[in-house]
Formats: sequence, C-alpha cells, structure tokens
Amino acid sequence: MLATGRLLERGEYQRWIRLARPAIVGLLIAPTLLVPQFTDRRDTLNLLFLVYLYVSMAQSWNILAGYAGQINLGHAAFFGVGAWATRGLWTDESVPFLVAFFLGGLAAMLFALVFGLITFRLRGVYFAIGTLALAEAMRITVANLLPNIETLPGPTIARYDLEPRYYLALGLMLFVSATVWLLPRTRISLGILAVREDEAAAEACGVNPLLHKLVALALSSFFAGLAGGTFAYYHVSYYPSFTFSPVWTFDAVLATFIGGIGTLAGPIVGGTFFIWVRERLAVSLVDVHQIIFGSLFILVVLLLPGGLVEGWHRVHRLALRLLSRTKEG
Amino acid sequence: MNLEPVIQNLVFGLFVGGLYGIAAVGLSLAFGVQKVLNVAHGSLIMLGGYVSFWIFTWYGIDPFLAIFITAPLLFAFGVALHLGLFRFVTRLGEEDRIKNSLLISFGLTLILENVAIKLWTADERAVTTSYAGDGLTIEGIAFPYTRVASLIVAAICVFALYAFLNRTFAGKAIRATSEDWEAASLMGINVQRTYVIAFAIGTALAGIAGALVSVSYLIAPGIGLTWTLKALVVVVLAGMGSILGAFAAGILLGLAEALSIYLVGAAYREVVGLVLFVLVLLVRPQGLFGRR
Repeated sequence: MLATGRLLERGEYQRWIRLARPAIVGLLIAPTLLVPQFTDRRDTLNLLFLVYLYVSMAQSWNILAGYAGQINLGHAAFFGVGAWATRGLWTDESVPFLVAFFLGGLAAMLFALVFGLITFRLRGVYFAIGTLALAEAMRITVANLLPNIETLPGPTIARYDLEPRYYLALGLMLFVSATVWLLPRTRISLGILAVREDEAAAEACGVNPLLHKLVALALSSFFAGLAGGTFAYYHVSYYPSFTFSPVWTFDAVLATFIGGIGTLAGPIVGGTFFIWVRERLAVSLVDVHQIIFGSLFILVVLLLPGGLVEGWHRVHRLALRLLSRTKEG
Repeated sequence: MNLEPVIQNLVFGLFVGGLYGIAAVGLSLAFGVQKVLNVAHGSLIMLGGYVSFWIFTWYGIDPFLAIFITAPLLFAFGVALHLGLFRFVTRLGEEDRIKNSLLISFGLTLILENVAIKLWTADERAVTTSYAGDGLTIEGIAFPYTRVASLIVAAICVFALYAFLNRTFAGKAIRATSEDWEAASLMGINVQRTYVIAFAIGTALAGIAGALVSVSYLIAPGIGLTWTLKALVVVVLAGMGSILGAFAAGILLGLAEALSIYLVGAAYREVVGLVLFVLVLLVRPQGLFGRR
C-alpha cells in the first residue's frame, strides 16, 4: 500500500512515466522490426503491411487536418500521384526503386503545392468540398487516360518478396510518426497551430497563413506520396484510378478521427484499430465494418472529439483519482 | 453541321438539369436555414430511389404516384435524423456547426450506403414502367414521357416550396430563422421546431429526387457521393440558400454538361461540373445568383 501510495504522489508518478516513455516506445517498436525473422506467414506480414500503410496515410492526413486545421478531402490525389510516379519511374524507366520512391513523394508534394495554391483560397468547409471536387476530377481524368490495369513486369513478379515491402511500410510509418513527433518541437509549428486556432488573429500577429498552410500541406502530401509509392511497390497489379479513389481519403479521415485528431498517437491507434476490425469482420461479414466505423465516427464527433486517445486519458485520470482516494481513505 | 443531335443533347441536358436542381434545393434549404451541410443528401436520394423502386416492384404502383408515399416516408426519416443526430450540432457556433455536420453526415453516408448494400445488394436498378420507352417526337427531337414528367414534377415541387416559404406562416418562420435565429426566437418562433421542419423538407425533396432518378436513370447504393457532389456544385453555383436560384443553376449545370460533350468529349462530362465548381468558388464565392 505504501509503495503504490508513494508512486502516486503526483510529481513522482509523472517523472516515472517520463523516464519510462522511451523504454515503452522501444519495446513497442522492437518486435515489429523482428517479425519477418520469426514468421514467414504471408497473412501476418500482409496484415501488418496494411496496418503500417493505413497508419502512414492517417498520420500524413493528420499533419494538415490536426495541426493546421484544414480538412482536406482530396488526400487520395497525393496518394495516387505518388503511386503513379513511383511505379512509372521504377518499372518503365528502370530507376532504382528507392530513388523512384523518393521522387514519387516529391512529385506528390509538387502537385500538392499547385493544388494548395488554388484550394487554400477557400476557407473552412469550402476548402473541404473544393478539395473533394478537385480530387474527384483527377480520379475521373486518370480513369480516362489510363484505363488499363497496371501490372508489374514478369521478372519483377518472379523475384517478388514480401519482406522488403514489409520493412518499407514499417520504415515509412516510423518516419512519418517521427516527423509528427518532432513537429511541435519546431518554431514553424507554432505558426501552423496559430493558423489552426484563428487564422485572422494569426495574420494580425504577423504569421503568414498561406505559407504555414503550404508547409503543412507539403509535409502531408510528401508522406501521402510515399505511401502511394509503397502501395505501388507492394501491389502486383491495380487500376491506376483506384489509387485516386476517395476511399483512401475517407479511410484516413476515419482512422484519424477515431484514434484522435491532432495527436501523435491518434492515427497510430486509429489506423491499427481500423485494419484490425476490418480484417476481423471481413471473414464473416462483408462491408459491415463500414457501418461500424461510420457509427463510431459519428459518436466520436458528437461525444468524444479527442477520439480513443482522449478516451484513454479520461479513463487514466479517473483511475488515478480513484486510487489516490483509496490511499487517503 | 447537323444541329439535330446538338439540340437533342441539350434537351436531355435540360431534363437531367431539372433533377440536379431538385437535388440541390433540398441541400440548400438545410444549409441556408440551420447551417447544416448534409453530405449524406446524395445517399438520401439513393434511399428515395430504392423506396420508389420497391413500391413499384412489390405493389406495381406507378413511381410518379409513389411520390406521395416516398416523400412522407423520407420526411419522417428526416425528422428522425434531425432529432437523433443533427439536433446536437445546432447548439454550436456557425463554423463548428458546418464542420461537425459535414463530418456527421459523412459517417451517415457510410452507414446508409453499406446498409443499402447489405439489404439490396450492390446491383444497379431502375424502374421500368410500361410507358418507359415512349415519348413525343417533335421535329426529330425526342421527348421521353418519363423525363418530361420528371422535369414537370421537379418544377412543381420547387415552386410549391417557394410559395410555401413566401406565403405561409411556417414558411416565413423558416426564412426568419435562416436570417437571424436569435431575433426569430425573440419573436416567438420555435427555432428547434423550425429546424426540424426545414431539415425534413430537405430530406423529403431528396426522396422525390430519388424517385425521379429511379425512373429515368440508375440507382445503386454507391450513387450517393456522385449526387452529393452534383448537388453541392449546384448549390455553390447558385449561392447558398437561394431556392429558385438552385433550380436554375441545376438546369444550367445540366446544359453545361451536355454542351461539354462537344468541347472535351463525353468521358470528361463529369469533370466539367467539378472544375466549374472550383472556379466559381474562387471567383464568385457568393454564387451566381447569391447576394452578399
């Protein structure tokens, strides 16, 4: 009793948490690095690949929506451009994959800057529907220009190995998450957050809203482009218009909101939860997952705007209060 | 150049434009009155289409007559939706209201679409009446009965709504609330009840639009997003909250899409509306028929 009581002294407890945090993060990451060494079950690797891809997409969407406050419903276009550029450079121009991958991210970013210069003239909800309209226009155009299914060349298929795909997606997820972790520790993030809270007030304080929104968009689209490149590396054949499908945006929105928008952990929790539930249900009940996510999403928006992460914090605080009360009593 | 196919195309553009108009009017009403942006509007159209399809398939009731069943059903559904969901966002400030209603109705879209897939499969369906292929032909231009009737029904509904909003007490209460809900509530108008009525009229209009879509076009669970985008495009073209303007802008969009076939080809017909939409947003955010 005494030991737990001392542990729960407010400052003491928080210092422990702070000290333990790097160790906890390390313990969470280490097994993911080792998974392919212990299993070659394709279903496990494929499932984890999807988790990493979805977390990356959600995290990249979160940069613009959660930190800069811009609800971008055209995120799929960046994913599509990244996939298209990476696949084209890699298979048609025989550029080494990692170079093509990086260039794919850059291509998505360049596209996004043009996209942003147009759509950032719109505010709030008009931005949201404007981005959705432009992304849909892109999808239809791509479906018209590239109507044929895109398949990897025969020799590449023969050499296809799941392990590097696994590590690419894992690396991407860690890279995006590290960036989001670093973001609040930079000077520019102060401007980005100021724009999210009140654009006019930020401008009055000498913060250039357009510039800060473009920085957030550049980061967001770069990672979405890399996620597209990862998809292009992973999938043997797909229709190019599929990578522009609004589903990529909507899934990222759902995962981010359910996990907790504007937090580092939110997209990780949300993306993992999303894939886990979806794959769980896919076996028995096709399409029911969307009904569940739709309902959860509405509940989160109405009752728990901080998502699962906020829910965890509430439970945590409640548990602490109850424990300290039993100590006193 | 032979003008006949061009005119025929424009006539079909006019017909589909009437549907865009009535689809947009419902969306515009909810947005104008309570600042609720319901992106599930297209899915409600889909729902209306299915209701009218099943009434026709099971009971053989003509889809135009079935509107008298479809519209009240969707009206009731709208009341339920507002009381169960959208009521909660009307407590917020205007900006959060729009944002949260957008998010909620996005979740609602997912639910409605997938429930529809579960219940009725993803197959495309259409109501085929006994007079489906018939029509008038004037100077070589075809006017199919179903489409002419759809346009007339759409126009009647829109003008009836306009008269309701301008001539009746309840309608004037809706307009007063949309202009300034605080002042309206001080004048003794029950704002929450006005919101419910306006929202439910919007969903009833979506039901009518769905019934008209099912007669001349296809319905499937996935058509929601397409129709929502069409309605949004038209609402933005017209300017938020303008009823007759929304109908006119719908017809304009239908004609523009028909003409665009000659400029960019049929494959890019859908793109034209979307690009037009973004351009109008950039240049004239208050819409073509809107006032500042």
